[in-house]
Amino acid sequence: MLRWLGRNALRAYTGLALVYLLLPIFIVALFSFNDPVGKTNYTWVGFTLDHWANLFAIPGLLDSVIVSIRIAFISTLIATTLGTLAALALVRYQFRGRPGTSLFIFLPLATPEIILGASLLTLFVAIGRPPFFPLNEFTILIAHITFNISYVIVTVRARLSGFDRRLEEASADLGADGWQTFWRVTFPLILPGIAAAGLLAFSLSIDDFVITNFTAGRTTTFPMFVWGSARVGVPPQVNAIGTIFFVVAVSAVAIGSFLQRRRA
Amino acid sequence: MIAFLRRRPGLLPLLLLAPAIAWLVAFYVYPAIQMLQASLWSGTLETGFAFSWANAATYPEALDRYSDQFLRSILYAAVSTVVCLALAFPLAYTIAYRAGRFRTLLLFIVIAPFFTSFLLRVLAWKTVLGDDGFLLGPLKSIGLLPEEFRILATPIAVIFGISYNFFPFMVLPIYVSLEKIDRRLVEAAKDLYAGPARAFQRITLPLALPGVFAGSLLVFIPAMGDFVNAELLGSVQTRLIGNVIQSRFLVNNDYPTAAALSFMLMAGILAAVFIYARVLGTDELETGIG
Repeated sequence: MLRWLGRNALRAYTGLALVYLLLPIFIVALFSFNDPVGKTNYTWVGFTLDHWANLFAIPGLLDSVIVSIRIAFISTLIATTLGTLAALALVRYQFRGRPGTSLFIFLPLATPEIILGASLLTLFVAIGRPPFFPLNEFTILIAHITFNISYVIVTVRARLSGFDRRLEEASADLGADGWQTFWRVTFPLILPGIAAAGLLAFSLSIDDFVITNFTAGRTTTFPMFVWGSARVGVPPQVNAIGTIFFVVAVSAVAIGSFLQRRRA
Repeated sequence: MIAFLRRRPGLLPLLLLAPAIAWLVAFYVYPAIQMLQASLWSGTLETGFAFSWANAATYPEALDRYSDQFLRSILYAAVSTVVCLALAFPLAYTIAYRAGRFRTLLLFIVIAPFFTSFLLRVLAWKTVLGDDGFLLGPLKSIGLLPEEFRILATPIAVIFGISYNFFPFMVLPIYVSLEKIDRRLVEAAKDLYAGPARAFQRITLPLALPGVFAGSLLVFIPAMGDFVNAELLGSVQTRLIGNVIQSRFLVNNDYPTAAALSFMLMAGILAAVFIYARVLGTDELETGIG
């Protein structure tokens, strides 16, 4: 009896926990269909599709989404390249200072975002005095690459640790040189890990607010747009964009895991 | 180049590492040094800043002026960590041992919040917890709660927001360490006449500690730097040290104070992590993070 109770209490709790996790996602989507009175969109008034039909009727919203996607794309490309090379070195080679290097790479992940952002702002202020280094899309890009590099290294390294090196030896035995072995054997095998790291980097970059807030100047990314409009009232179109981002991200993960399962 | 590397194979890993390390030195280490220097500046953005060791007085002054916000950050971060731990452990336990074929789906739901914008999630809680929102509105209209009862703009709302946003960081490491436990150890304990409670206390819980440790750090550290939850869900009475750093830097352009506060925040976090590691034992630190 006690056992039955315990098991079902756990089950009921799990149900509640899942509702807790998913409720804000549902609310964000729901309020994209709301027809609010006035500027604030916090109470439910009535259903409408108007905001989805006029997705970019809010001035500046489309631009902010484009800026965010552009920064996410470029920072992912650069961070994934640099991070993958470093992860390869850490997994595949024994060298002096390897444990120290691993710890060093972990440090940015253990630093609160506000401190990463603040120290980058200090750098940009200090190197450009007195007109100061202009804060713009370029400085946001530098900041995003910085926090993404560590995430990429950690992700790729975790995926690489089960790598079977005999496959490369077999390739060499069959007469392939170093480059051929890398591009025909090693790279295809580590590609899923690189793709996972790239997806993570992209989603971290497109959603980053805290570090961007310090390095953006007047450039408005999508999270900066949300923050700016939070004071006066977030238009339902912003919820719609958030919902689109969610659906795209979930689809990307679902397709990725489907492809990987088919390969396996 | 390739021929040169063939003669010196030891250089290859260093070459692979060099770009990433150089980037982190330039944009992580150097800015930190720059910020240390900025904390010893005096002057304003208009007149320019001058460095002097004598400006070290900024530190005690800032600490004295913002001690309330510092203590509040420590309190909120600690409470959020405990709340996350209490909420996350049963969930991680269910996913690890009771979920069966739903395991992947449950893990996916745990990380699902990360696919929605961080700020929009916080604002969604503002909708739910609002004075006449989904939660309080019905309770007030049936008279279970007094009309003036509110959650928004109170410490509870801020702690709630922080706990929600960092909750997955607690669930995942605990799940990983629970999943690694060899269940035969629990069976052995039961064979030796331990009841389920005792087996849990003596086997499962100690072996899950690395996950608890990693999860606590992953919640506590970002919670100490929070200003978004405090700003959107709280009030002037819930301002955290993150809010002070943010406004000193971006609104007042008071770089010396802001830089000094950032350094003390980082030092406070390191001290807390160190104490926590000493209490739990450093083995947990290494297995939990590594």
